[in-house]
Amino acid sequence: MYTVPLPRIGTDVAWRDAAKRLIGAGVSPEDILWDFDNEMGELFATATTLPPLTRRIKAPQSFVQMADWVVWHKDPQRFARLYALLWRLRHQPGLMQDRADKDLAKLRHMEKGVHRCKHKMKAFVRFRDLRQGGERRSFAAWFEPTHHTVEPTAPFFARRFADMDWMIATPDVTAQFVDGNLSFHPGQPKPDLPEDAAEALWGTYFCNIFNPARLKVSAMTSEMPKKYWKNLPEAQHIQGLIAGAEAKVQQMRDNAPTLPPERAAKIKRQLRDD
Amino acid sequence: MAKLDLSQKLAILSDAARYDASCASSGTTRRDSRDGKGLGSTEGSGICHAYAPDGRCISLLKILMTNFCIYDCAYCINRVSSNVQRARFSVDEVVQLTIEFYRRNYIEGLFLSSGIIQSPDKTMEDMLRIAKRLREVENFRGYIHLKTIPDAAPELIEQAGLYADRLSINVELPTDNSVKAFAPEKNPATIRKAMGDVKARKDVAGERSYTGKRGKRFVPAGQSTQMIVGADMSTDATILGQSTRLYSDYKLKRVYYSAFSPIPDAAAKLPMIKPPLVREHRLYQADWLLRFYGFAVDEITAARPDGNLDLEVDPKLAWALQNRAQFPVDVNRASKEMLLRIPGFGTRTVGRILSTRRHRRLRYDDLLRMGASLKKAQAFITAQDWSPGGLTDSEHLRARFAPPPEQLSLF
Ligand code: SF4
Repeated sequence: MYTVPLPRIGTDVAWRDAAKRLIGAGVSPEDILWDFDNEMGELFATATTLPPLTRRIKAPQSFVQMADWVVWHKDPQRFARLYALLWRLRHQPGLMQDRADKDLAKLRHMEKGVHRCKHKMKAFVRFRDLRQGGERRSFAAWFEPTHHTVEPTAPFFARRFADMDWMIATPDVTAQFVDGNLSFHPGQPKPDLPEDAAEALWGTYFCNIFNPARLKVSAMTSEMPKKYWKNLPEAQHIQGLIAGAEAKVQQMRDNAPTLPPERAAKIKRQLRDD
Repeated sequence: MAKLDLSQKLAILSDAARYDASCASSGTTRRDSRDGKGLGSTEGSGICHAYAPDGRCISLLKILMTNFCIYDCAYCINRVSSNVQRARFSVDEVVQLTIEFYRRNYIEGLFLSSGIIQSPDKTMEDMLRIAKRLREVENFRGYIHLKTIPDAAPELIEQAGLYADRLSINVELPTDNSVKAFAPEKNPATIRKAMGDVKARKDVAGERSYTGKRGKRFVPAGQSTQMIVGADMSTDATILGQSTRLYSDYKLKRVYYSAFSPIPDAAAKLPMIKPPLVREHRLYQADWLLRFYGFAVDEITAARPDGNLDLEVDPKLAWALQNRAQFPVDVNRASKEMLLRIPGFGTRTVGRILSTRRHRRLRYDDLLRMGASLKKAQAFITAQDWSPGGLTDSEHLRARFAPPPEQLSLF
């Protein structure tokens, strides 16, 4: 029996390394316990020494890519499921193309979940200006991801916001980017971030880009589920916009067409004469 | 008039911009700011940073530079004859809003359009000053979409293409006659010429010169346009015919359909109707079938004698119901082209069927497991353990999918 500890930060590399050693030594899935971030507690605290890596292990590229996503899923069974599929791939090299296989379908479904979570994190992180002075500006955000997606998503923010310092704090892992260096730290409780006046302007934009004549709440919530609302400054306006939409449209209908302003006739004359 | 503050201007000038359907920020070149000398990145697919309660994606800061306008397009809230409150951003204000919103991760970039002030050239020049400041002074590497003014000088439009990821010019209405009737100062021929110029310039940028070097990056995310639906009497057949021409003549990335929506202070000659949202949705579905599913316009619009799409069922289902003799289709044997015509199956499902059937004969449950939607498809397919029996030809098949008739209410 192998007990394999996997760290919360650097999970992907650790899992891949362990999986390669175990598959190389022919260890079957039933003989492995994957222990993420000591969640199994004292009882299993003794890690077994992994077999040495004696040869190059091959797996389909599509599996490697899928595993890189699935390791960040919150399902405790993710490592075991991945390993079980890797085990089957030894004798069924075409398995990855078989979309109807039950085990693969489950993993693809998990992959999709992580994909979505990563996408939502790119979309919904909201930075606040820390106004610290200094050469580089600095910003911070609080975010609550569904899966363990801070680590695989942080490089996106590093590519995008390279000329400023930033921190994304989450209950899971906190990412920090200072002077061009990205680092990861244990998760934390929600920090107290200073108020940021830009949020009011952003709210103004959100309210005015909304067209009350096209109200379609379900289309909004399917893409921006309520669980994200508490960390989105613009979301505080949603209830009011929905409640007032009908009246606004009615008002547009009731207003009789007005007479054009005086300058209209003058401008039109000019345009014609040009 | 009291001077407007930034927040009031933003309210007026985003309100004025919301009738433009596009908020896309995808399909441009990959860029980032890892060198630490600029701000922003673009990576293929754009990001919707929020959704408004109208269900639309908010990806860009979509604003007008000004809503003063000397033209009198009947459908537009900014037309010269409307009494809407007017405002104008300074170059600095637009640049600051874009940069500060971007730094907080609210947006992917800027979508700037404008009412026409003084002259088309003057308007375009002012818009260019904003784009230039963003790119050259702020080193902004995010997404920029500029709505070009068709009557502006070609050199100005050319310059816009060097700063912008996407350019758009709205054809506004589906026929030349409608444009004449509702947008008297606009000229459909000029609009088409401007789109043609952008296409020609982009073609040149894509070619390599004899030294093997590529030309300067020119609107890498291409051009798009918008048509208002429901303001005039054009049929869906006319609209889709027009889109097909636009896609092929100008290699447009997208044609957007915008259901005509009541505006405050509307012109008397336009209907104060509910925006025809279902019709808009069906047009997008039909547009998709034309571009990615191998359908021709007349196939899609043949289902009804009046040249409009069926509002109750989607256009692919409508076509299948009209052409039942071609069904059921055997998912284990059919060609890709035929699989794409099965109602409910998307390109992704078809791809999965093709790859999986090399490994096994597909059963009903296999299709479910690979994520196919069978609600509609089951009446039109056979699989290893599935046959629709008489379902395909049943008289009541349409009724299974069409929504129940609207309930009568007392009056
Ligand atoms: S040119 Fe026509 S559509 Fe454009 S802002 Fe002016 S009135 Fe509106």
